[in-house]
Amino acid sequence: MLAYAVRRILLMIPTFVGVTFIAFLIMHLAPGDPVEMYFHGGLAAGVSGASPERLAEIQRAKQQERHRLGLDRPLPAQYAIWFKRLVTLDLGESFKDRRQVWDKIRERLPVTITLNVISLLITYLIAIPLGIYSSVRPRSWPDSIITTLVFMLYSLPSFWVGTLILIYFCGGDYFLWFPPAGLHSLDYESTWPLWRRLGDYSWHIAMPVLCETYAAFAALSRYMRSSMLENALQDYVRTARAKGLSERVVVLKHILRNSLIPMVTLLADLLPSLVGGSLIVETIFSVPGIGQLGYQAVLARDYPVVLGLFAISSALTLLGILIADLLLAVVDPRISFAAAER
Amino acid sequence: MSERSQSFGALVWREFRKNRRALASLYGILALLAVAVFADLIANDMPYYVVVGGRTYYPIALDYGSWLGLTSWPEPLRDVDFKKLQAERAWFPPIPFKPRRADLSEESFSPPSARHWLGTDQLGRDVASGMVHGARISLTIGIVVAAIQLTVGIFLGGLAGYYGGWIDLALSRVFELMLAIPTFFLIVTVAAVLPPSLYNVMAILGLTGWVGVARFIRSEFFKLRSLDFVVAARALGLSNAALMFRQILPNALAPVLVTASFTVASAILAESALSFLGIGVPADLVTWGSILAVSEQNTFAWWLAVFPGFAIFFTVTAYNLLGDGLRDALDPRLRV
Repeated sequence: MLAYAVRRILLMIPTFVGVTFIAFLIMHLAPGDPVEMYFHGGLAAGVSGASPERLAEIQRAKQQERHRLGLDRPLPAQYAIWFKRLVTLDLGESFKDRRQVWDKIRERLPVTITLNVISLLITYLIAIPLGIYSSVRPRSWPDSIITTLVFMLYSLPSFWVGTLILIYFCGGDYFLWFPPAGLHSLDYESTWPLWRRLGDYSWHIAMPVLCETYAAFAALSRYMRSSMLENALQDYVRTARAKGLSERVVVLKHILRNSLIPMVTLLADLLPSLVGGSLIVETIFSVPGIGQLGYQAVLARDYPVVLGLFAISSALTLLGILIADLLLAVVDPRISFAAAER
Repeated sequence: MSERSQSFGALVWREFRKNRRALASLYGILALLAVAVFADLIANDMPYYVVVGGRTYYPIALDYGSWLGLTSWPEPLRDVDFKKLQAERAWFPPIPFKPRRADLSEESFSPPSARHWLGTDQLGRDVASGMVHGARISLTIGIVVAAIQLTVGIFLGGLAGYYGGWIDLALSRVFELMLAIPTFFLIVTVAAVLPPSLYNVMAILGLTGWVGVARFIRSEFFKLRSLDFVVAARALGLSNAALMFRQILPNALAPVLVTASFTVASAILAESALSFLGIGVPADLVTWGSILAVSEQNTFAWWLAVFPGFAIFFTVTAYNLLGDGLRDALDPRLRV
């Protein structure tokens, strides 16, 4: 198992380099120079009528800034420098506020990860029973209703639902049932007793979590349903029924156990949404997570932050894929590590 | 009727037809396609025909003709506002407005009325017209994106699965790369840095989501390439390309149709999300997502939130249910 894990990790290095290089190319080949943008907001604002000496001075300052940021070197060299620093967990500094990118990401990462873990847990807790239930009698009316319902939820655009919730339930002109922004109340104090802190936190994340979970029921419950249906045709199920086990035991013990195995791999498919998936929800509900950070950084052409986010989220995803594969081999004895690559 | 006399397609259609939900979705999609194709005849500020000075003209047909460069506008109709034109007779489409033209004579933010069935937006543009023409944009994006994804996915997945070995190892790294990249963040990043254009949006969405198809086709090709019929075809001297695309691919294609349906749905969702965020899609273009974006700033204008929201919702639901119905119809385990 260790040998397999090491081999997989080694194979992930080129993938990781590939992801970061693509992100790097996109950011650097795109029109829009961060130095120009930086200067337009500040020093060079409204200089069109300035004297030639002043303009030359500004040009020199821009040149210096480009040199300081390393933007005057050829692209591969810039990438090499960036990657070398990455190895020591140095992601450079933000163009926008000159803060360390790593610090900016680190303070927001726990928010997004908590949000996503809670959402994932809720999704699994609701979707798996739904999938089991609709597989018991496929094409019966309960199955029909569940299917229609989960697909309707899946088709609701989260930015639409989020905006409607914000308008109608979070202050706005209608009801103030949930807070419109942030993760803590204004009078929040860290000295509050635990239940009060937890209560305040869940009150704040309830709507963002709702927006992140409802769409995911469809995929998971449908996979669960077809996994159950597949196992229901196996010989061991017929044996279980033949020896007189109740339908309940057959379904919940025999079929269910084997049907849960593929659910592990789905975890890996859900992980890449860590940044992107939260982007819209975090932006709408002003949750200070990495999705919001990423969106703001993209709009501000803050290359180091965007790159850092690509690097971190793809590293996390690769790690997630690896863990899912290893878990799969652990729960399913039929899968040997040597053959798992296939 | 004996099972043997039916082709695979007929068998699938028979199964599919039993699923009323999926059938209704199929008809819904066909209706929407009709709206998209005939958008210019449903919502247009030109009449179907107009009689000016005793002569009859067909402005919408003329518009198509001049767009193709076949006809030119006759003198009395050149650069004319048809609603102010002194015509003996004119027959306008049911929604006599163009979606893009800001009309200052119209009231902005007017709620639904007999004149504007679904109200107007902040520039006095007719929402109903925007919805009809938005259907064209949404469906085009959905279909083009699905086509790009399927082409790329089938080609790369086929190569990896057919040849195996180091080609597979290398391509699998590419698949892993596409899997590890945070897709929506990538889409937002690329859409934000490129100049806004629908073609760019289609290219971005098409080139990011194909990895699911590729991985599926790869594993199918793995399974099929060593089966007897492929070995026999190879022994007959067929080329690799013929083996891949004429022998193996047709046997792996049916489930890909399911993916195509889901892909159209998710592409429509992604495009509307981009329009909503206001990136990638040109600012003067009216799409379902861009109407929704206006409603976010102007919460009193409920008609700007409700109609496009439900349009996206119903379209995406229809494509998803169609995909689900297809999947069930193709699944032999559910066949009774």
